[in-house]
Amino acid sequence: MRQDPIMQSALRLGDDALILGQRLSEWCGHAPTIEVDLSLANLGLDLIGQAMHFLGLAGDIEGQGRDADTLAFFRTDLDFTNCLLVEQPNGDFAQTMTRQWLYSTYQQLLFEAMAGVEDARFAEVADKALKEVRYHAELSADWVIRLGDGTDVSHQKMVDALGWLWRFVPELFQMDELDSLAVEAGVGVDKAALRPAYDAAINAVFEEAKLTRPDDQRTLTGGRHGHHSEHLGHLLATMQHIPRSHPDARW
Amino acid sequence: MSKDWPLWEVFIRAKGGLDHKHAGSVHAPDGEMAVNHARDVYTRRMEGVSIWVVKSTDIVSSDPDAAGQMFEPAKDKIYRHPTFYELPDEVKHM
Amino acid sequence: MYTTELDKSRPVDLQTGEPKDLVDAFEARVAADEFIEPKDWMPEAYRKTLIRQISQHAHSEIIGMYPEGNWITRAPSLQRKAILLAKVQDEGGHGLYLYCAAETLGASRDEMVDALHSGKAKYSTIFNYPTLTWADIGAIGWLVDGAAIMNQVPLQRTSYGPYARAMVRVCKEESFHQRQGYSIMLALAEGTDAQRRMAQDALNRWWWPSLMMFGPPDDASPNTERSMRWRIKRETNDELRQKFVDATVPQAELLGLSIPDPDLTWNETRGAYDFGDIDWSEFYAVVKGEGMCAKERITARKKAWDDGAWVREAADAYEAKKQARNVA
Repeated sequence: MRQDPIMQSALRLGDDALILGQRLSEWCGHAPTIEVDLSLANLGLDLIGQAMHFLGLAGDIEGQGRDADTLAFFRTDLDFTNCLLVEQPNGDFAQTMTRQWLYSTYQQLLFEAMAGVEDARFAEVADKALKEVRYHAELSADWVIRLGDGTDVSHQKMVDALGWLWRFVPELFQMDELDSLAVEAGVGVDKAALRPAYDAAINAVFEEAKLTRPDDQRTLTGGRHGHHSEHLGHLLATMQHIPRSHPDARW
Repeated sequence: MSKDWPLWEVFIRAKGGLDHKHAGSVHAPDGEMAVNHARDVYTRRMEGVSIWVVKSTDIVSSDPDAAGQMFEPAKDKIYRHPTFYELPDEVKHM
Repeated sequence: MYTTELDKSRPVDLQTGEPKDLVDAFEARVAADEFIEPKDWMPEAYRKTLIRQISQHAHSEIIGMYPEGNWITRAPSLQRKAILLAKVQDEGGHGLYLYCAAETLGASRDEMVDALHSGKAKYSTIFNYPTLTWADIGAIGWLVDGAAIMNQVPLQRTSYGPYARAMVRVCKEESFHQRQGYSIMLALAEGTDAQRRMAQDALNRWWWPSLMMFGPPDDASPNTERSMRWRIKRETNDELRQKFVDATVPQAELLGLSIPDPDLTWNETRGAYDFGDIDWSEFYAVVKGEGMCAKERITARKKAWDDGAWVREAADAYEAKKQARNVA
């Protein structure tokens, strides 16, 4: 079946937000202080909200009667189109904040560009979410700086976190045929063109955080086409099992 | 025993035109983070448009034992209040 | 979420040798419903009792994040997931406000947290019960938050200013908590057989613990009289429990669920429900830490704090470096 690039664009945006939101919600009650607990929950709530918008939009575009919940709870691993970065486990606080910073910095640039696309359905959600995402990028950068330039222990944890997560960054900017069609259709953004601005933003934080930018690694990719790490299956099993156990139920 | 961050007092302006008002406190390692924390703790329901934070230890307050000398002398200066003055009925607004 | 059950421990002894004129003036202010503020003179026993009550209240909010937190990743719709995350986050916020209120009395948050982790400080025993199905999230919001609100509303007029102000904020935020719980129960009650079954089962398991939340009967509640005089408690355990039963029974009927109490009957003369005896042996067992999840709850709390130590230290170290650079 040929995929609709407009619907798929909404799906990819929704899946990123949903999976990262789900990951952040795992922190609830387990953060280093209560204040940080509340911060992480706020990030999670913003992302789950974005997921509801984009998945709802994807369902509307598809027009087959699937709503945001159906798309979130009744698709399998192979149907999920999120990038690999967001499904990586929380690990320690350094890993969570590194993942957040790498993603939110990208998401900010993406939404800034998307707020100007022709299709108002995409432009409006991007514009609204942008305010949230700017805060996410700033808060996570604040943390990267404090952990990078904190103690020897925190610095090392940041080096370890980056050492692993860096390999998932290139996937964020990859353009496939579907992405190009989405640009043509006035809903998508040329993600590859965002990379220089991304590098500039990231490098500035590296410097302030006294962290060395990792060497480029062999890129791991596949998320946009349903090929994920093993982690996603477990995340989905947890997230989906209640609605799937009661397929006829309304909640 | 593992340590907590210092305490900050949080003041929030509910909307333009109003004063900043004490909302509560947060623990934070520095001022910038205290503002972030205050935002995440005290403005989740659109309670504010502006935040001040100040380290709790930096607040200087009056001594409650001296409340008499501090505040009671103002009590008998009732002529400072407009209601002290009786106006003829003909003067409706002044 | 919190109720008066925590005054089950021994009262703080009154300090001897406190100046009588100060004590009398304090008692008169409290009796006149004036607020006591942090720097005002107060009897040592008042200060200590408050630190204990407020910190236990704070601990309960924080530990109370776990039973419901258990279901955030499994909530059956995106809307329910967002609501639950926001709600559990609120509980964390309430713990935070309350710790801050206690800190104005000279207790530091790390000391209070330490007392919780060492088992010296107590928290509401209700949170040691497990949440087994999604319906438990409904039942907790409806019953446990409902019971907590009964107690927390009068505490907005408690005599200690910072506590009262914290409670005003808590009550304002909690107003949606009970409703979201009842809304979950409504959806289940109108749902499939399996959903109705889990709703009834959750009510069966949470009903009695909810009644226990109000604490031992008044005649077995050692602190009540003095706490009432000091306005740090405003209604007795039995009064609040009765209010709760009277409010909740009709709500259960509306759901088409039955309260698991064969002795429950409407008493026309009292204008209130009579209800069966509470199994206080279970209550005291749970207080002693024999609840299903007692160990997990405190272990999770301790782990969060211990695992976070390097983060707190890193942020402090960063700030110290920044200050040093500014001086240089």
